[in-house]
Amino acid sequence: MAARRQTRAPVFAALGDQTRLALVRKLCGGRPYSISELTHGSKLTRQAITKHLRVLESAGIVHSVRRGRESRFEFDPQPIEGIKQYLDSVSEQWDQALSRLKSFVEE
Amino acid sequence: MKDRIEKRIELKASVARVWRALTDYREFGEWFRVKLDGPFVPGQVARGQITHPGYEHVKWEAVVLKMEPERLFSFTWHPYSIDPKVDYSKEPPTLVEFRLDKTTSGTLLVLTESGFEKVPSDRRADAFRMNDGGWTEQMKNIEKHVAQKS
Repeated sequence: MAARRQTRAPVFAALGDQTRLALVRKLCGGRPYSISELTHGSKLTRQAITKHLRVLESAGIVHSVRRGRESRFEFDPQPIEGIKQYLDSVSEQWDQALSRLKSFVEE
Repeated sequence: MKDRIEKRIELKASVARVWRALTDYREFGEWFRVKLDGPFVPGQVARGQITHPGYEHVKWEAVVLKMEPERLFSFTWHPYSIDPKVDYSKEPPTLVEFRLDKTTSGTLLVLTESGFEKVPSDRRADAFRMNDGGWTEQMKNIEKHVAQKS
């Protein structure tokens, strides 16, 4: 739990940007994308896209895989799943606490 | 993906009774399972020790924000901060709000916990600043994809 917790803030932070969310939406389709493919149709430069990809990479949301001379980026659902599980576990803690409160005030 | 937790619960007890159970530090401690050092005071840090079996080593800490009698009790904290080796003070706190409403049979209690999407307020914060409100909407889309994948 602690390990997961420590990696959560960067995941939230990495997703707190429209460009990166757009990249994630594209990448979570399933296949790896090259930087050229991700830059194509975008107003941003290759350099800017690369910078955003590195932020996503450092949060573990994407991984780069080398193919020949080119890096490709692929989506890893695990960090986002981690956030979801974390919220679910906090939610469950509240269910338990509130049910204890209910017994406490209704007795 | 939701970035907040909301719970609604009907209690067969008067608003006054529920208010006391929420804001009297001894009563709060009973059901929340924490032994608090002293009363809740708006603007001040409330500290205590968890009494939940298995978690007695864990300290409990929250900053009390609002205490509007029989209406609203709120505090900020770090939920789930159970590992003594981790410094949770560097992480953004979440906001917990208890809202009370009188009903015919007793009290409607609405609990919300929000702020999970906030980023650490260190010097990188500017680079990571959120675009207004888009997070929740975007996360829904991403969650759909993630769900399909897993």
